[in-house]
Amino acid sequence: MPEVSASSNGMDEIRQIFEAECNDGLNVIEAGLLALKAGNNNQETINDIFRGAHSIKGGAATFGYANIADFTHVMETLLDRVRSDELEISQGLVNVFLVSVDVLRDMVECMGGGEYDEARAAEVKADLEVWLGDEPPVEEESAPAEAAAAEEGEHCGATCWDIKFKPKQNYLQTGNQPQHIFRALAELGSVTLKPDFDSIPDFTKSKPGEMYVCWDIELQADVSQEEILAEFDWVENECEVEVVARPGTEKKKKAKPKPPEPEPEQDQVAAPATTQASRGQKKESGSIRVEIDKIDKLLNLVGEMVINQSMLNQFSSSNRKGDIAPSDADLDQGLATLERTTRELQEAVMNIRMLPVSTTFNRFPRLVYDLSNKLGKEVELNISGETTELDKTVLEKIADPLSHLIRNSLDHGIEPPDIRIASGKNRVGTVSLSASHEGGNVIIRVADDGGGLNSEKIFNKALERGLVKENDQLSDAQIYNMIFQPGFSTADQVTDVSGRGVGMDVVRSNIEDIGGRVEVYSNPGKGSTFQITLPLTLAVLDGQLVKVGEQVFVVPLLSIVETVQVDQEKINVVSGSAPLYRLRGEVIPIVDMRSLYHINGEAALDSYEGKELVIVDIDRNYIGLVVDELLDQHQVVIKSLETNYMKMPGILGATILGDGTVSLIVDVTTFAGPMLMGNDSRITH
Amino acid sequence: MSDEEKVSEELEQYLTFVLDKEEYGVPILTVRGIQGWEKTTPIPNAPDFVMGIINLRGEVVPIIDLRRRFGLNPVEYSTNTVVIVVRVEQGTTEKTVGLVVDAVADVHDIKSEDMREAPDFGSELKQEYVRSLGLIGEKMVIILDINKMVDWREINTPDQVMKNAVSNEVPAESEAA
Repeated sequence: MPEVSASSNGMDEIRQIFEAECNDGLNVIEAGLLALKAGNNNQETINDIFRGAHSIKGGAATFGYANIADFTHVMETLLDRVRSDELEISQGLVNVFLVSVDVLRDMVECMGGGEYDEARAAEVKADLEVWLGDEPPVEEESAPAEAAAAEEGEHCGATCWDIKFKPKQNYLQTGNQPQHIFRALAELGSVTLKPDFDSIPDFTKSKPGEMYVCWDIELQADVSQEEILAEFDWVENECEVEVVARPGTEKKKKAKPKPPEPEPEQDQVAAPATTQASRGQKKESGSIRVEIDKIDKLLNLVGEMVINQSMLNQFSSSNRKGDIAPSDADLDQGLATLERTTRELQEAVMNIRMLPVSTTFNRFPRLVYDLSNKLGKEVELNISGETTELDKTVLEKIADPLSHLIRNSLDHGIEPPDIRIASGKNRVGTVSLSASHEGGNVIIRVADDGGGLNSEKIFNKALERGLVKENDQLSDAQIYNMIFQPGFSTADQVTDVSGRGVGMDVVRSNIEDIGGRVEVYSNPGKGSTFQITLPLTLAVLDGQLVKVGEQVFVVPLLSIVETVQVDQEKINVVSGSAPLYRLRGEVIPIVDMRSLYHINGEAALDSYEGKELVIVDIDRNYIGLVVDELLDQHQVVIKSLETNYMKMPGILGATILGDGTVSLIVDVTTFAGPMLMGNDSRITH
Repeated sequence: MSDEEKVSEELEQYLTFVLDKEEYGVPILTVRGIQGWEKTTPIPNAPDFVMGIINLRGEVVPIIDLRRRFGLNPVEYSTNTVVIVVRVEQGTTEKTVGLVVDAVADVHDIKSEDMREAPDFGSELKQEYVRSLGLIGEKMVIILDINKMVDWREINTPDQVMKNAVSNEVPAESEAA
């Protein structure tokens, strides 16, 4: 059954907030469970989990997500047992809870419409109930009314329930609406409402905004008393509720609860709007939670700017009026302050987009836990540097490649316990995930202490795939990085090559999409490390301005290794290939930016003598770019060419320089592949 | 009331401009602004009629020379050369582009009954870029379909660009699409 909920825009917004809250809650529960699992059996952890479950349940009941409320309710009851030491924490119990978290995530994701796996949910719920099984279900601790019919059991068929719902007079003022309750009940089964107007006072005495009506609700549903009471959870302090099963009601089975058919005289029950929108593709969430500190800082800066501006205004007006003219020094100082404030403001605004990497890292303990169980390996995950901040967009896009790398480390890196012991290692393997600032970048490393990469096998594989020639002399580093070549992604045999390879090209292209790069280091027998270098933010880039002909280009500083002045003698021209430049014993292909970008339609120059060579690093292959002149280094704001034009190969985007002119940002990654293979210097994609 | 509606339905305003002594028009609601020619930053491997990109109040906007687009003889730009900035629709997105024209002419109200179907112009001006002919008294204005005229997807796919692109050889003169 599709989710039934109010569909107005206001509800949508609230739903999104609720969804975020649910996810927070689920994260807390999951983290707690994993801590319990690790033998961290303290009361505080259990309380955390309980609180998480309780707030999800309460919220779900209020917003009419009966499925979530029901499910969480069972979880909560079980947790309550654990909390009161009636039930011992065991491996199996934690596992059941973990699976429940998955089911809940599924449900939460489908709140906006869409189908979750109902069968699985029912199955897991049944599992949970088995744990509750031996003893009669305990009374729900927050249930407001007497549990006269508690012995009704969990499922008793379609019963006719008489519910007396008496909201307190301030019910509406607390932001509650009786129809929310009716709607929630309507999802359980068919509802008949009988409003009771007896307590409405004389018109002159009634106060607007107060609640004088109460209801007798007749509910025909295949639910337990507790499930009904759960709907009232959120308003337990604002109303009186009494739920009694009507004796001798016929028990006709209903497979699924159905929204009620609105009957003519009972127009109070708003027919639940059905949001049928199919579950859209998982989009990146459009909202962001910002720490209040960051906002305050912004506010302060804007305040400073306003003051600064009025100060400058005053200078100019006193100048005009012929009053005591401000000195140049005064003006300079004012401008300097403005400049500083502007820069700080820019940083602060950028900072809003920054989130700690822990938001992404948090999902991995669970991944490692599940996967190591499945693979029969013992693995410990060490996370460090999780407070390092990254741009939200970068962070969202890094999650998939990272989980791929971690899977790989577990699957192919870490050896099974017996092999580890045989090779004199600790039987428990270690995967460490760390984030840190290095220079202007954030470095994320996924390291394992497993078997490492086998360069010989990779080389043979590459040979087989035609990526290298028999007599190619490649360094180990170059060979290791071959695993990122697309040819390696066809899964067959890859496990032979000590693993890495499945989808590694996808990992690389995902990371390159967000302006980062990935490298692998390996130590045979000791393990391997994947290192991801990411820009702090996508919107801003540190660039080296270079001049070619009349045009100024920006080369991302991230990829520049060094710059040297060209010595014509060191250039070797080999026919059918890019010219090569000898630099300290290494041979580097060089590319003339002039011909690469058709500057003024000029051909490549005959001599590069005196030009500058910008050496860029593309997957640890060096390429030299010939430019006329090196200008400043600047932080530039990236503007997409696609916004108004289209994507061009070789160009990352455009930017607006200080003087207002537009400059193109060079995408160095596009002229990597073919050139280093020695084919030609054509740009390919 | 109904009269007013009728009038607004039938009347549309057009900004007209001159290109090689011929008068062309675009719906005025698509026009974002008119400005003088300024130096552009050329885009490598772009079609010859794309003069490059400019900074339009913080936005990067490509500039198209309409003479070149229509296969007319290009002229030297002068201080009188005018760029009309228009919004065009491409699929679901809206893009802003600048059109270089000889001069801006006028703003005309043209009734729908004064619109004529466009005849074949021969090779010089592709018929698909012409929406219709508008009659203003004795004069005739060619109303352009700017959405088709500057459809980047049609003009040049990156694949084509790549074919033309870069080697260390002498670049080809120019490749008009």
